[in-house]
Amino acid sequence: MSTLVLLLITGLGLGALYFLVAAGLSLIWGLMRVLNFAHGAFFTVAGYAGFFTSAALSGTSPWLQWLAGLVVATLTGGLFAALTEIGLIQPLYRRPVGQVLVTVGLALATLALVEGTFGSDPRQVALPAWLMATSNVLGAAIPNTRFAVLLIALLVLAGLLFFLRRTRYGLIIRAGVENRAMVSALGIDVQRAFTLVFTIGGLAAGLAGFLGATYYGTIDPSRGTSMLISAFIVVVIGGLGSITGSAIAAVIVGLLQQFLNFYAAAGVGDFAVVLLLAAVLLLRPGGLMGGSSS
Amino acid sequence: MSVDAALLNVDKLNVTIGESQILGGVSFRVRAGGITGLLGRNGVGKTTTLRGILGLVPRTGSVTLAGDELTSLPVHSIVRRGVGYVPEDRDVFGGLTVEENLRLAERAGSEHRYALVYELFPELLERAKQPAGTLSGGQQQMVALARALLNADNRILLIDEPTKGLAPLVVKRVADALKRAAEVTTILLVEQNLAVARHLVRDVVVLDQGRVVYAGDVAALIDDPALARRFLGLSAAEH
Amino acid sequence: MRGRSALVAGVLIAFVALVLPFVHVTLPVIFEGPLNSAGTLNLLGLCFVFGALALSYDLVFGFTGLLSFGHALYFATGAYVTAIALVHWHWSLPQALVLTALVALVLPLALGAVCLRIQGIPFAMVTLAFAEAASILVLQNPFGLTGGEEGLALGSGTLPAALVGVSNTANLYWIAAGWLALTCAVGWWAVHSPPGRVWQAIRENERRVIALGLNPYAYKLASFVLSGFLAAGAGVAYLFLQGGANPQITTSSFTLVLLVMVVLGGVGTLWGAVLGGIVYEYLDFRLVEVSNASLVQSLPPILRVPLSEPLFILGVLFIVLVLFLPEGLGGIFDRLPRRLPGRPS
Repeated sequence: MSTLVLLLITGLGLGALYFLVAAGLSLIWGLMRVLNFAHGAFFTVAGYAGFFTSAALSGTSPWLQWLAGLVVATLTGGLFAALTEIGLIQPLYRRPVGQVLVTVGLALATLALVEGTFGSDPRQVALPAWLMATSNVLGAAIPNTRFAVLLIALLVLAGLLFFLRRTRYGLIIRAGVENRAMVSALGIDVQRAFTLVFTIGGLAAGLAGFLGATYYGTIDPSRGTSMLISAFIVVVIGGLGSITGSAIAAVIVGLLQQFLNFYAAAGVGDFAVVLLLAAVLLLRPGGLMGGSSS
Repeated sequence: MSVDAALLNVDKLNVTIGESQILGGVSFRVRAGGITGLLGRNGVGKTTTLRGILGLVPRTGSVTLAGDELTSLPVHSIVRRGVGYVPEDRDVFGGLTVEENLRLAERAGSEHRYALVYELFPELLERAKQPAGTLSGGQQQMVALARALLNADNRILLIDEPTKGLAPLVVKRVADALKRAAEVTTILLVEQNLAVARHLVRDVVVLDQGRVVYAGDVAALIDDPALARRFLGLSAAEH
Repeated sequence: MRGRSALVAGVLIAFVALVLPFVHVTLPVIFEGPLNSAGTLNLLGLCFVFGALALSYDLVFGFTGLLSFGHALYFATGAYVTAIALVHWHWSLPQALVLTALVALVLPLALGAVCLRIQGIPFAMVTLAFAEAASILVLQNPFGLTGGEEGLALGSGTLPAALVGVSNTANLYWIAAGWLALTCAVGWWAVHSPPGRVWQAIRENERRVIALGLNPYAYKLASFVLSGFLAAGAGVAYLFLQGGANPQITTSSFTLVLLVMVVLGGVGTLWGAVLGGIVYEYLDFRLVEVSNASLVQSLPPILRVPLSEPLFILGVLFIVLVLFLPEGLGGIFDRLPRRLPGRPS
């Protein structure tokens, strides 16, 4: 029973991380039809920025260190994304394949730079005492980081849904995911929505970068790429441009991975998830929620 | 009509998609006020002409609205100059509610004619919170028309086959709505239904194979069976 | 390049490549040792391998227009299947090669049959998914076959004597050169053949192809299988030159690097892709050595670090190319129309 609880909450925590990375990716893909391979780079760079901010503040309160790292990571992700959209994506708006390619180049270059600068070895992350401790839930000892990640992801989910349902730009984005041309034909400049969506994606990815370091206790350059693949899977299963779809799919993927990795063998979960992606793509290219956004 | 009296001036509009030339130099003028019809058989390029005016397809040539050159502007800027658009497929946002569809269409700086819209289409008020995707074809057409009518500073509405696939009762309502709209703005109407066209439009521009073959009074065209058959493909009685 | 001049150039290049192992000339900076030294020949061999791999990818991506993110899988298949047969099952080299050839036909056929049912970005994603699945599988070291993270080294006694040892590097070099030449020949023949024209038609406008009464699926599958097979062959040559297979070649990063190679050289030009592959591998190799040179070591970190990372330079170069020179390096030299003569009607 306690194993079950541990697997459940860990799976949810993992799902929370996937959701944060996937949410932005889903909007970007849904609205702009751009497959942003650089999303993992946003995750990684922001994670390191948060890590170093946190380290630079050592000596002050651990919670302050952690929060400062969190905020800096989030903002770094957003800034990196905004610059990418303006500098690389916009100039290529007539060449969708070119846009994908340029994100590939950015991903490769960024990863190489990070590895070259900080090395590929994982680094320990300093966390406040509570986060390093565990709590007892139904007999299982759950690391508190899981709860923190879950809580923050839920807040982000609520925030995104509020933004999409109650603001004008949210309205524009929801409409644009359905029919970009018609939005232009209503006199709306979709370009601004593009930059906004990319930035939101970057903010979420940046947040995930630092939360990932929190969750795993270490930071390393390769995690961004594996997160990206998992996020792609979540986006495809959950449907392009659908935030609730991403949330549900993220939970499914996180839980499936954890349970299979434990009950079958290590790696089986990852393998199964990837095959699930293939299956969904082949059977329903539109994803579970179709093209509509929530 | 002289260039100055024209509200919309289309000059040598050329649209080539892939290897086919869809429009080979379309030129015509639309007078301010009332409804001008854009007629022709299926596939002659009527929809493409509207899309070309808006810049939704790559085109060469020149389009001017009350003297302002539109051709070099991006789509949303053209629309902001006061061009409303009702596409052939309606293109309402199915995942948004009726109310959200209308709200999205609101342009800053313009008065929004909700009173007129809800007077013409009370259903839209009743079904305000309903997702537009669940509406019937006729109701979706009302949403599409309402979007274009909403902004008071729209100087011209480009409307593409609004009665297509609709029941006769709904066709009548759409026709009446267009008549009311024409009192406050100018309309360029693509319409296959000649009875409706005859009833609503004053001037007519006829396309054939990507070119203008007739421009003038609607009665002179439709009431002449030879002309009607030649340009419109069937006699006025047969639609 | 037009027919006759291309043929002449090709023959000249082939001749030079053939006699290289006999040429004791040193090109400073470009190569560390003389041209016929083992180190240089090994590097050149690897360059040829990547040239062949890039060309095989160009067939499916540049000519048929299929954005496959799983091409590295077939390259890895060539290396791993041969290695497994040699090391674990103690097969002779000819036996191992026959097995690899079979797998190299069946695997792309099976995966292609499934993946090609969808198009566009979902197609790219599903090819990525399968490649990723294979990568995970390889790392799991199922049944102890693949060696997991450490890869699978060809120990002693697995290869015939002629292919072993530093003194025989020239033989490996010739094998790689031979495979490149074969790939070029097959590629050239394929794109000039009627199916090849259909590939290009599919890339331009698939609906037209259907309207002409042809079945694009069959042609796409053929392109997929041919390019997969050629990639696997390159994988075998890679195995010989490296002395083993490693999981690096199964990663999605590697497939993306393939994409970089082809775009670098010029999408849709056969020799451009080969050039891209050769240049990529050369830079990958040499940049590490150059960065260790004292000149670069003395640079401040902000310059030294980026210059020591080949992927950084390539990534940036790639971005610059995509933004400003979409035709790739081949485009600089080849201002002629990218389409081959004789448009599909």
